[in-house]
Amino acid sequence: MSQDVHMESKNLVVRYGDRIGVGVKGGVNLPLYRHRVTALIGPSGCGKTTFLRALNRMHDLTPTAKVEGEVLLDGENIYAPGVDPVLVRRRVGMVFQKPTAFPTMSIYDNVAAGLKLVGIRDRKRLDEAVERALRGAALWDEVKDRLRAPASGLSGGQQQRLTIARALAVEPEVLLMDEPTASLDPISTQAIEDLLLTLKEQVTIVIVTHNMQQAARVSDYTAFFLNGEMVEFGPTETLFTKPQDPRTEAYITGRFG
Amino acid sequence: MKRLYSHFGDRVFAAFLLLLGLGVVVLALLMAYELYRGGSLALNRFGLLGFALGREWDPVIQKTFGAWPYILGTVIVSLSSLFLSFFPALATAIFAAEYAPRWLAQGLNFLLDLMAAVPSVVYGLWGIFILAPWLRDHVQLPLYMWAAEHASWLVPFLGVPTGYGLMTAILILPSMIVPFTAALARDAIALVPREQREAAYALGATRWEVMRLAILPLARGGIVAGAFLALARAIGETMAVTMVIGNSHKLPYTLFGGAATMPSVIANEFTEAVEDLHLSALIAVGFLLFWVSMAVNFTAAWVLRRQERLVKGAV
Amino acid sequence: MSLEKELALRRRYRVERLMMALIALGTLLAFLILFLVLAYAFLKGAGALNLDFFLKDMRPPGETGGGLRQAIVGTLIVDGLGLLIALPFGLAAGILLAEYPDHPINPYLRLLSDTLNGMPAILFGLLAFILVVKPMGGFSGLSGAFALGFLMIPILARSTEGVLSLVPREIREAGLALGLPRWRVILSLVLPTARAGLITGVLLAFARAAGEAAPLLFTAFGSPLLELNPLKPIDTLPLRLFAYAISPYDDWHQQAWAAGLVLFALITLTSLLARLASRRF
Repeated sequence: MSQDVHMESKNLVVRYGDRIGVGVKGGVNLPLYRHRVTALIGPSGCGKTTFLRALNRMHDLTPTAKVEGEVLLDGENIYAPGVDPVLVRRRVGMVFQKPTAFPTMSIYDNVAAGLKLVGIRDRKRLDEAVERALRGAALWDEVKDRLRAPASGLSGGQQQRLTIARALAVEPEVLLMDEPTASLDPISTQAIEDLLLTLKEQVTIVIVTHNMQQAARVSDYTAFFLNGEMVEFGPTETLFTKPQDPRTEAYITGRFG
Repeated sequence: MKRLYSHFGDRVFAAFLLLLGLGVVVLALLMAYELYRGGSLALNRFGLLGFALGREWDPVIQKTFGAWPYILGTVIVSLSSLFLSFFPALATAIFAAEYAPRWLAQGLNFLLDLMAAVPSVVYGLWGIFILAPWLRDHVQLPLYMWAAEHASWLVPFLGVPTGYGLMTAILILPSMIVPFTAALARDAIALVPREQREAAYALGATRWEVMRLAILPLARGGIVAGAFLALARAIGETMAVTMVIGNSHKLPYTLFGGAATMPSVIANEFTEAVEDLHLSALIAVGFLLFWVSMAVNFTAAWVLRRQERLVKGAV
Repeated sequence: MSLEKELALRRRYRVERLMMALIALGTLLAFLILFLVLAYAFLKGAGALNLDFFLKDMRPPGETGGGLRQAIVGTLIVDGLGLLIALPFGLAAGILLAEYPDHPINPYLRLLSDTLNGMPAILFGLLAFILVVKPMGGFSGLSGAFALGFLMIPILARSTEGVLSLVPREIREAGLALGLPRWRVILSLVLPTARAGLITGVLLAFARAAGEAAPLLFTAFGSPLLELNPLKPIDTLPLRLFAYAISPYDDWHQQAWAAGLVLFALITLTSLLARLASRRF
């Protein structure tokens, strides 16, 4: 089972001022395997989202946050001096908890936003990329007749799939998802979970979820975080049926959370 | 609501509040009514359209009053100053809301408060003694001389370079109205939800691209409302304009030459008007000014409400 | 790195630098004139700011030793009276807007209030002229007070509403839970809690009105004499500044600059107080 490691963190610590957000006890060492879904679970405030946001250098936007350690993408440290975060974020995309479609733009323009940023103007190229991305997000059939309609007219679940399509359009290698179904209804949640199963053939997925059942349903690997520490990591089935650490077991059996 | 008002004291209090609070409404209605009544002598004599479009304002010989030169002057001065003020105001708003460190942003916001609070007469004082002479010597005179030699067709549009005229008025106003656009734009930018910014960054956008893609489109309403508010202020500015605009009765066709606006003609002539018709004509100008101002202010308020609803929808 | 080229990074960063430079430039431009005005006011007017300025009345041109006492006192009188006129109406409107949010008149009240806030000040002067000067047969400090009062009503209404809406809901609920009638809750709990903010709002309205000249041109009219009777024409600082500015006398010009400095100090002080008060809140 020698899996191909796509991204990994080495001794990763994120500090906010003098408080450690994640990485107590020497930092987080976590491998993320190519074309697999890795779930990050744990109670509120455990650091899983903080860890996720370190993977695409989102902490650069917070002046009080300091990141130590390394995050390797295909062996190269994304925090090495001289590395442009804009480049990193192109290869490592992100979808957020609240559907963040750009409300003043049409569906088409939303998906094409990332492409237009790098100066792609060719209509045919854009059309193809938009269709590809929308198909990849399982949204194409629902919107193909109204691509020019404002994105704000879509339902919450559709908007979330739209943001997935938008992220996919720039063809990232990794897709980070921060509790993507937390604000959606069960049907939309189901649609997105189904999506992940096919999506992982194209991209490596890392998903933060507070819903253990979801993690069990969709992920291949799971990491359990607690109080800023990554307590345990392993294949999902193993972690859920035979957890090594008593804290993991306590969380999974619902003794706290 | 019935329950809350059942207590007798509450009812008296609420009625009392309503009575006094209606003062605002009464004030607006009274203003519209009295300005109409006071101006009716002139309005009836020349007709509303005739008065508004009339080009002759002659209190001395012909005793005809047409407000068009002042309407035109107001439109030119306020639109031009709005145009000049818009970019610096937007830049300041973007800088204060997004890019400046907190201490600097607070300092800038305080300076904006100051700029809005400085009385018009103080700006006017500076305009008379510093700006106008400087413009005359360093801009108008050289331009005039150059045009006289190389572009004589331009000369009639320039007018006599005295320093007290349309140009100076247009240049002194932007500073007074920048705070209005800047404050509303800044607030609108700050209100854009964090997630929208992050979504743009996550796509691999640079700082400016995030502003262009995610922030400014959502802040559009507040920015436009701010522009309307600034326009409203520019329209109503009296003292600074009166002090530098040269106060002419003629149609404002030259850049350097004297002109007048609706507020400035009222300020200039009201205390000297001895005849009823003259006085009435000035009040009628006030009546027109009232409605123009109302329209612009209403639009600003309407755009602002719409903007608030749009942001709530995106959250 | 070909990825860099593919992402057109060089061009995009050039655009970024350009936009940042434009933004910095625009910001500097915005404040340029404010600094120039302040600088010149100091340069030209500081010399005239002596004790005489505050203690002596105006003297005819050419005579030294004059001051602007009559204008300063007049400003206080006219503005103060105007505040008294405006307070009941402005406060009431603000309380109505904040404490009775479901009242049907509120949307109109708020809209009209906002609109009146942006109206040219000279129109308030015209109204006061028609309502007070004409019947009285002459200019007076009282008519000026009315003009300024009209101006201040919408300002007070909005600032009062703003301050009161910041008072936490729990305070009202606590009072009502104690069995206090609504009007007692408002008068004895809500208003005192918001006292600092209310006073700040009053100060700001006062400072704003103190700087107005246009509405007073044909109401208070101005006077060279110290006048304490509001039924006669009264001088104010902005009126005097204007008159001096358009006069041909140099020492009057200098005093105009000095008056500008005094006004500037007034608005700076009140703006600072407002910032500090709102921060404490």
